[in-house]
Amino acid sequence: MRNPTVASPEGFQLPDSQRRVIRWMIYLAFGALSIGIINGLGQALNYARVDILQYFPGMRTYYQGLTVHGVVNAIVFTFAFANGFLALTTSRALARPLNTPLLWAVLGTMVTGTLLAGYAMATGQASVLYTFYPPLLAHWSFYVGLALLVVSTWLTAILLFGALRGWRKENEGKRIPLMAFISVATYAMWTLASLGIAVSVVGLLIPWSLGLIDHSDPLLSRTLFWFSGHPIVYFWLLPAYVSWYVMVPRQAGGTLFSDSLTRVVFIMFLLLSIPTGFHHQYTDPGISGGMKALHGVLTFGVFFPSMVTAFSVMYALEIGGRRRGGTGLANWFLKLDWGNPALVAQILAMLTFTLGGITGLINASYNLNQAIHNTAWVPGHFHMTVGSAVTMSFMGIAFWLIPYLNRKELVGRGLALVSQWVYFVGVLVMARGLISGGLDGMPRRTEMLEAPYSKPSWELAGMLTGLGGTLMFVGGMLFFAVLIATILFGRKTETPEDIPFTDTYHPPATTGWEVKLDSFRYWVIATIVLILIAYGPFLAQYLPGNFTSTGYRFF
Amino acid sequence: MTVERIEKIFLGLTAAMLLVFLGALFYSAFGMGMHLPDRAGEILPSEVRNTPPFDDPGVREVGDNQYEVVLIGAAWSFTPREIRVPAGAEVTFIATTTDVIHGVHVEGTRVNFMLIPGQIAKVTSTFREPGEHLMICHEYCGAGHHLMYGRVIVE
Repeated sequence: MRNPTVASPEGFQLPDSQRRVIRWMIYLAFGALSIGIINGLGQALNYARVDILQYFPGMRTYYQGLTVHGVVNAIVFTFAFANGFLALTTSRALARPLNTPLLWAVLGTMVTGTLLAGYAMATGQASVLYTFYPPLLAHWSFYVGLALLVVSTWLTAILLFGALRGWRKENEGKRIPLMAFISVATYAMWTLASLGIAVSVVGLLIPWSLGLIDHSDPLLSRTLFWFSGHPIVYFWLLPAYVSWYVMVPRQAGGTLFSDSLTRVVFIMFLLLSIPTGFHHQYTDPGISGGMKALHGVLTFGVFFPSMVTAFSVMYALEIGGRRRGGTGLANWFLKLDWGNPALVAQILAMLTFTLGGITGLINASYNLNQAIHNTAWVPGHFHMTVGSAVTMSFMGIAFWLIPYLNRKELVGRGLALVSQWVYFVGVLVMARGLISGGLDGMPRRTEMLEAPYSKPSWELAGMLTGLGGTLMFVGGMLFFAVLIATILFGRKTETPEDIPFTDTYHPPATTGWEVKLDSFRYWVIATIVLILIAYGPFLAQYLPGNFTSTGYRFF
Repeated sequence: MTVERIEKIFLGLTAAMLLVFLGALFYSAFGMGMHLPDRAGEILPSEVRNTPPFDDPGVREVGDNQYEVVLIGAAWSFTPREIRVPAGAEVTFIATTTDVIHGVHVEGTRVNFMLIPGQIAKVTSTFREPGEHLMICHEYCGAGHHLMYGRVIVE
């Protein structure tokens, strides 16, 4: 019987013209990361009370550096990487070229947005951090730049759904190839999730920064920010999950076990990522305790698919380790290919993510959050999620993606391995510092160098933060050395390489309820219903809002 | 969908763990009274200093072993900067901001809440042990954010 899926269509290569655009997207991503990491060094050393920011050209304040660090790492780097990488995975899985003008539009929007926001930040007119809570008022170009960066993700969503639609017309009745399904699901989730930030930025903050409206509503904008601000962490994470699910097993010599379970996991992220934002606002006035509790429970729900992922991915790795001769309970782990930097980076990323996940669960734990909210604990937590689980996964992917996009061989495999181990040790040391300091009240987002208050126990916490951050910086710079050397000096590969993705041990079902998993329409409707339940009561009670705050430029 | 037995066990344990955690949280909230800030009214940011009770910030005894702290955050200081309360008293913070978002964290305790323009924050807690705590503004509020702090002295 003919296999009804196109899991691995033979011989499909992305056209060179499109490969080039995606290459520039990935370059933009890592260019942004390089600026972010350099600024990060200044941030980490601040906690160790070492001031290097004064040597940064044009840097007026610590908070300007912190704004740049957050925006380029958490928004430009992640968006540019997701846009390029998931466009590639979708196109490859569907064996269809993409819409070239739209692909250029994505790149153009990202570059324009980055330049506009970058101008405002570089000139010190937008030191409002990457959360840009009003009534701190930034230059309009900052908000317009952010809006364009969000628009670039919407254009990518149109690109992916367009490709899927074309594929469906020609493949009626067939299951969507897994890698395309999980890529598109990521964008379905984020498109819905980004509406909050879009309404706040386009509807409220841009007109306010241009003087068209006089007042902002800080609680409303904050709520809209976190409507998008929690699911954004899954938008950072899911491209890494795409790699963990369908690429890492192949790289480890294993097989992904279940097709259906993988789809269920991504559907769960679509459903549960968004109605959880109030767990970032547990300590806010103006929001009822009942709504906070509801979001807390749903946040616990979204922990579940991550635990399924932990199982599935470890299982796939174990299959690989045993095929390579591993035996016993743990020996298979040592038998993995520890010489492959693409794989090693992502295994280390998974290890930091276990700690990132556990600390995240603590953040979500309702009144327990009061012990750590806005302390250094929080950056300690998210440097083990986005700052390493995601970043190291993207670096690991780059070890094959940059050679693939350039048709060149990787230069400096040994150095690549060292960069990841150094970064890994660095992030653990830094997180240890931030987390212990945070538990003892050390605040986040604060220029500790100049603060008139301190506690003796913050000394060690600060030193570890500075030391760990320095190691992360060194690891990052080694990574960029490998990248640049590969781009400049890599040997041309003769035959075109394919991207490394896997089949599943259990192929997709062709009958039964599992076929329904592919109907995005129903899942999107269900997600909207959940959003209405989670945010409807608050909005019904709160709107038309409390627009009484004039803008402040306290920077 | 094929799910292996070992995976079913793993996921069952995960679900059980999450339910136990949730149970503990609900007990601590409703059984032990550790609540999060709730809705406590709105206020015009430009009129904070003319609106009771914020026209007279400070600490006052309002009942038998009950104290009220009326607190204002403004870039970049708290009013009052120093709060003295007896150990074991029930202390209710009533707080707001006149300008941008600020935060209040009395380190070493679970008094941890945001000051959002237009909103009144109300938080009740009991400091059991005598001692001194830093009260830190823990939300970025501009170039002098790190200068904004105070003290809570439990006597």
